[in-house]
Amino acid sequence: MKLEVNRQVRELDVEPDMPLLWALRDELDVKGPKFGCGVAQCGSCTVLLNGEPVRSCSYPVSAAVGQKVVTIEGLAQKDKLHPVQQAWIDHQVPQCGYCQGGQILVAVALLKKKPKPTDQDIDAAMGNICRCGTYARIRTAIHAVAKKGVRA
Amino acid sequence: MTHLDPSSTGLARRDFLKVSATAAAGMSLGFFWPTHGNAAETPKLNAWIEIQTDDTVIIRYARTEMGQGSRTSAPMLVADELEADWKKVRIEYATAHENLRTKRAYGDMATVGSRTIRNSQEYLRKAGATAREMLIAAAAAQWGVPASECTAALGKVSHAASKRSLSYGKLAAAAAKLEAPKEVKLKDPKDWKIIGKSLPRVDIPDIVTGKIRYGIDAQVPGMMYAAVAASPVFNGKVKSLDASKVENRRGIVKVLNMGEFVAVVANNWWRAKEALREVAIDWETGDNGQLTSAVIMNSFKAGMGQAELAVARNDGNTVQALGTAAKVLEAEYFTPYLAHATMEPMVCTAWLQGDKLDVWTSTQNPENTLAVAAATAGVAQDKVTVHPMQLGGGLGRKSPQDFTRQGVMIAKAMAGTPVKMVWSREEDMQHDLYRPASLVRFKGGMDNDGKVQALHIRVSAPSILATLLRLPLPKGVDGQAVASFNDHPYDIPNSLVDYAQRNTNVPVGFWRTVGHSQNPYMRECFIDEMALAAGKDPLAFRLANLGQKSPRDVAILQAVAKAADWGGPLPKGVFRGIAETEGYGSYTACVCEVSVSDKGDVKIHRVVIGIDPGYAVNPDNIEAQLQGSVVHGLSAIFWGEMTIKDGRIEQSNFHDYRMMRLNEMPVVKAVIAPTGGFWGGVGEPAQAPLAPALCNAIAAASGKRIRSLPLKNHGMSLKA
Repeated sequence: MKLEVNRQVRELDVEPDMPLLWALRDELDVKGPKFGCGVAQCGSCTVLLNGEPVRSCSYPVSAAVGQKVVTIEGLAQKDKLHPVQQAWIDHQVPQCGYCQGGQILVAVALLKKKPKPTDQDIDAAMGNICRCGTYARIRTAIHAVAKKGVRA
Repeated sequence: MTHLDPSSTGLARRDFLKVSATAAAGMSLGFFWPTHGNAAETPKLNAWIEIQTDDTVIIRYARTEMGQGSRTSAPMLVADELEADWKKVRIEYATAHENLRTKRAYGDMATVGSRTIRNSQEYLRKAGATAREMLIAAAAAQWGVPASECTAALGKVSHAASKRSLSYGKLAAAAAKLEAPKEVKLKDPKDWKIIGKSLPRVDIPDIVTGKIRYGIDAQVPGMMYAAVAASPVFNGKVKSLDASKVENRRGIVKVLNMGEFVAVVANNWWRAKEALREVAIDWETGDNGQLTSAVIMNSFKAGMGQAELAVARNDGNTVQALGTAAKVLEAEYFTPYLAHATMEPMVCTAWLQGDKLDVWTSTQNPENTLAVAAATAGVAQDKVTVHPMQLGGGLGRKSPQDFTRQGVMIAKAMAGTPVKMVWSREEDMQHDLYRPASLVRFKGGMDNDGKVQALHIRVSAPSILATLLRLPLPKGVDGQAVASFNDHPYDIPNSLVDYAQRNTNVPVGFWRTVGHSQNPYMRECFIDEMALAAGKDPLAFRLANLGQKSPRDVAILQAVAKAADWGGPLPKGVFRGIAETEGYGSYTACVCEVSVSDKGDVKIHRVVIGIDPGYAVNPDNIEAQLQGSVVHGLSAIFWGEMTIKDGRIEQSNFHDYRMMRLNEMPVVKAVIAPTGGFWGGVGEPAQAPLAPALCNAIAAASGKRIRSLPLKNHGMSLKA
């Protein structure tokens, strides 16, 4: 099957029900999406499918065919960081960082839909688990992107 | 197997400095890293510092990074004394095999016990100062002026009188040939330029772009993947297995019976994991399958009445003083087993080629990884390379090396083929080294003025040190089991702390904040019970009973109380709770403001949490650690418990071992109040005062005294 990952068409031969996460990680060497729970609980494996966040550990690879898959590696355009990535640096959000690729992608999708999200919007959208406890800074960083008014 | 463990690892600092001095002398004779690409041209001033001709300063970092931020803050200590230009500093890992080869030039590499800064600050600063003096001496020699007339700043040595200056890159080659000074003067803290600044963490740019590599991301050509299952009943062994259903399945390479566990090796981890579910395994569990949480509780209760107890503290005559006290209070507290559940589960990639072994893993203790890997594979330690990787959280779980042992066992069985072992979340939760459960009984006696005259604390709990590290316990006491009891700061004339060691089949280990994650909760809640019984304000009661004995405890308590406006007005229905403790060399205190509904919804309006770590190396990072401590603590306080039935852990994933999420995050006000003169840890201590401050606030709001955790068992939930 053919899969578009980070603006590149990649070819792979796997079972249709293989989770997208393991197709990306073990077949295509795209390591940004992380394994955390395997049952769509934690969100460390989040990728964007046509701009929508999806928990790739529980999403069959065959269903992603024909869609644009974007992982954390594909978010920056060439060397230009996405405003959300820049805000994550400006506000020193990550600690261990393991869940942060997923957190950033969910934030990108949120800001695309709601460029000025309220705290309630952030609460509703940002459901991924972070064990280090970066939640306060995630909220601050999202508001900072919104305030700058950069099209996310 | 060596046990380089969190409490007793290796060389004492004094011994290390001798080794370091020898190593530094060796380096000045032209001692270069063979692994470094352009090493031959890069002058090395000592084990920690290399300076390139383009003025790039390479500072080695010998611990691991798991979110605590010391990959940035430890090199800040070196750079400050070096008078380096931070913009030109590049931080690279020292590795366990280099440490072995240099007879531990880097000292202890374990990242445990919140001690990276406090245990290495002296030799790191000395390394920077030594190199600075050598660079100054090189410049002085070149200019033919006294070194005392030269100064170093921002990566340059200058001679003001002749208006000359040379950058470090131009001086490094000559400086590296000089003998290292034996004595160097460290800067006065008021002259620090880098220490104490909130500097951005060096690993964050690679995190936000997905470039950073964790243990789970190891990629080796020809690599295979392993999924594993150990006996769900602790201490069980494989009796028999039938893999006929999966052996011919796509991608399955091998099904291994390793005795203690089963591994399926495949060319994709998902294939391995799916196949493992269909391998029929018969486990030999003996009578280990009888164990339940109730059986363990009964054992703890029996410990309370045990004839012989280890004595951890015995001031005055507590029993007698309790007999004559005007008012005596008694209470029993319980804390449960907890799993670490780091976001990244246990992983180990290992590749055995002949007598050479490469290991990629997320480890808090690379030296122990190396030792365990060598012993497991049966190869010499100097044939092992442990590749440094970022950790997807550590929380104390990744210090013991059970997972490295498994990974290397698989690599040995698959000799020649690199294999990446990854634990499923279920495996991770069911084969953790759990924060011990514990039962603690308090008996406190006061006079009529609310002055505590006697305090008896009896602890019945497993010992991490005796079971995990197999260490002899001094006088039978596990220091973690009695932490914050045996060294309580209160000015109480009669204190007795005794301990019944009650080990079970449930393996225990170091969980972020260890004994301080549970004992301060119990101690500071009991102190509140006494304050209430004495009719005193909880802060005033603490201050009166701390007296003059513990000025740092008093200082942080007062700083946090002030920041929280303790005693000031609150909205209707909102109540405060307070607590303080010492831990990991730092002093911490917390005030929580809560309201509790009739249904048990606990709304946390604000958490004010403060720390006095002596010196605050990177304040922004300390704030992050305080925020993180609140999140880590609240997950445990509200939901955290691992229960045992039929000899196995009942919880298996995040649906039944619940973690706090962003919508539940309360407002946190961080108070960083360094008083100077000592170096304390930062990663763990702040979690300690959270649970008691919260539970004291809940008691104030609802009248309900919480004597066991988690709160869900009291019908309470965290209101978003």
